Amino acid sequence: MSAASTAGTAKEPVAVVGIGQTKHVAARRDVSIAGLVREAARRALDDAESTWADIDAVVIGKAPDFFEGVMMPELYLADALGAVGKPMLRVHTAGSVGGSTALVAANLVAARVHRTVLTLAFEKQSESNAMWGLSLPVPFQQPLLAGAGGFFAPHVRAYMRRTGAPDTIGSLVAYKDRRNALKNPYAHLHEHDITLEKVQSSPMLWDPIRYSETCPSSDGACAMVLTDRAGAARSPRPPAWMLGGAMRSEPTLFAGKDFVSPRAGRDCAADVYRQAGITDPRRQIDAVEMYVPFSWYEPMWLENLGFAEEGEGWKLTEAGVTEIDGDLPVNPSGGVLSTNPIGASGMIRFAEAALQVRGQAGEHQIEGARTALGHAYGGGAQFFSMWLVGDRPPTA
Amino acid sequence: MTAARRDVAIVAFAQTDHARRTDDLSEVEMLMPVLHDVLRQAGLRASDIGFTCSGSSDYLAGRAFSFTMALDGVGAWPPITESHVETDGAWALYEAWVKLLTGEADTALVYAYGKSSPGSVRDVLTRQLDPYYVAPLWPDSVALAALQARALIDAGDTDERALAAVAARSRRDAAANPHAQLPGARPQGDHVVAPLRTGDCPPVGDGAAAVILAAGDRARALCPRPAWITGMDHRVEAHSLGVRDLTDSPSTRLAARRAGAFDPDAARPVDTAELHAPFTSQEVVLRKALRLGADVRVNPSGGALAANPVMAAGLIRLGEAAARIHRGASDRALAHATSGPCLQQNLVAVLEGDHR
Repeated sequence: MSAASTAGTAKEPVAVVGIGQTKHVAARRDVSIAGLVREAARRALDDAESTWADIDAVVIGKAPDFFEGVMMPELYLADALGAVGKPMLRVHTAGSVGGSTALVAANLVAARVHRTVLTLAFEKQSESNAMWGLSLPVPFQQPLLAGAGGFFAPHVRAYMRRTGAPDTIGSLVAYKDRRNALKNPYAHLHEHDITLEKVQSSPMLWDPIRYSETCPSSDGACAMVLTDRAGAARSPRPPAWMLGGAMRSEPTLFAGKDFVSPRAGRDCAADVYRQAGITDPRRQIDAVEMYVPFSWYEPMWLENLGFAEEGEGWKLTEAGVTEIDGDLPVNPSGGVLSTNPIGASGMIRFAEAALQVRGQAGEHQIEGARTALGHAYGGGAQFFSMWLVGDRPPTA
Repeated sequence: MTAARRDVAIVAFAQTDHARRTDDLSEVEMLMPVLHDVLRQAGLRASDIGFTCSGSSDYLAGRAFSFTMALDGVGAWPPITESHVETDGAWALYEAWVKLLTGEADTALVYAYGKSSPGSVRDVLTRQLDPYYVAPLWPDSVALAALQARALIDAGDTDERALAAVAARSRRDAAANPHAQLPGARPQGDHVVAPLRTGDCPPVGDGAAAVILAAGDRARALCPRPAWITGMDHRVEAHSLGVRDLTDSPSTRLAARRAGAFDPDAARPVDTAELHAPFTSQEVVLRKALRLGADVRVNPSGGALAANPVMAAGLIRLGEAAARIHRGASDRALAHATSGPCLQQNLVAVLEGDHR
């Protein structure tokens, strides 16, 4: 779209100045849906030292409405999010929605439609059963394809066959992410007694995916305050600057679809890198928050996102490169494998990337992180959203 | 905003012939001809589109991720830049408009669809109410609109005869709209929920719509008379009906003001308004909020009273207003879309044609 980029006025730089999350857990029975989202929004405002009055618009996202049994819940949440009298937009792009929501909010600032936008994503999975919420009724789908794991397991198997990766790689990812989660007070799973042996001996759910290599079902919300240059100048804490952002979609099923490394993911990453001037992601990116709901997706996405050559992703995992003290830390927060309020999971990736470059990630901070990638995907590995954030504003 | 904005216009609009039932069509089968039609009008192929955005609801489709099937119909290969809103397609158009304003794309395809026929849409819409205090009571959409109509009558803003006149005018105008589900006069009938009669309520039906947006010279190349979006804004109100004045729509008024609808320096007056008022009483509220005088042509398409495919009906208002500008029947038009119970959330766009 080179012609397009020259046609308009230059975009306003977008900064993240406030981030808030709830403590993710299996069931937040102490709060309503409104109480849950307000908690995250309030924390994001506090982080930005802002008030509801500073917010011009609210952009909210979540995965299918069946997960809570509320149709278009944003209507009911308008009051809780201080949106009355303001624009409120609801995004839904499957599992990538948390990331897409942040990008739609960022565009409002980039286009100078609004100066400061609150963006939030949530899921309160305890209100229903997500696995069956995702399972289509017969005759739309064969009855044994229950839940996301049933859909993705064959593609993991295809990756293993294609690359010859040893069977143990998935367990290494799970063991790493669950240990990283111990450093993140907001993570859902805090398995203090986790061992590699426990991961490897956990029950097989969807061969080759074991129980400990799958994401939990979580209640949680994540919010961010996005603002323009002037807003960033008033920020009490260092802002994270958006250096690139993109979405890509492709059909669910078609002849020639590469489920192991979907082209939409590769194109999306290439677009983000182009915007941010990244030519060597492995060297130029300091931390990655990647959407890994099943352990094997770490090596798969390492290749899809250009951090490893095709067939080589598992070698980075095996060599410890993606450990929190490795040279390409992946999911220092513990990732989706430790926390999965589905609709919020993408935004948590984006927010955790921003926390890293702000130096605000606490115990799971990557020392000196200056650029970080947030990544989300959804549907049948067909919807992708990503952003790259840095500790200084874009130069262009 | 003071910064110079990109000029963005609606350059093409297509819709289905809306029908009570489409049992023989899936959502994607219903949508496909509309997508082909709108692309043909603009002389574009799907691969020429810079950004795609849609609006629909899983609760109407009765399945999670229902929009993914529609995406298959779009033909998202090679992969496309695409997004989706879980509400009326008017908000998808808003998201696409913002995308074009950033300069990241020059053209956008926006579509929306909804099939109300498989279920009872009156009951389905109760699921969008406060899940703890209101939804368990299942107050349906007609009953809530009737509360609003009663409040209007009690306030002296209208009466049943005036509401009947709105219904009659809408159906009469719809006779000239080949896509309308209820073209031509219909009896007002009995009360469905007093004071609303059958004629005061929208038809239940299935339908889809699509528009193409384009920026600057691209718009001029694709359409002889683009419908320029000179302003667009949307606002939401409190959810609880008990804390709102149902006889007024402050969110519509604020959105209209922000969109420039009341701009005293506008060279030309608003001559047309396409209002998303599924119930006759809601037209009364919107006319008041938008300060529409007798000189403004309201809902020449017949409006949502003539066809109300839920999730597409708001986008259709934008499309109908734009189409009138395209064919020279309007110079400056307002388009309005609503979402939520009793006009909770409202979007207003101001569309203008070039001087002739």
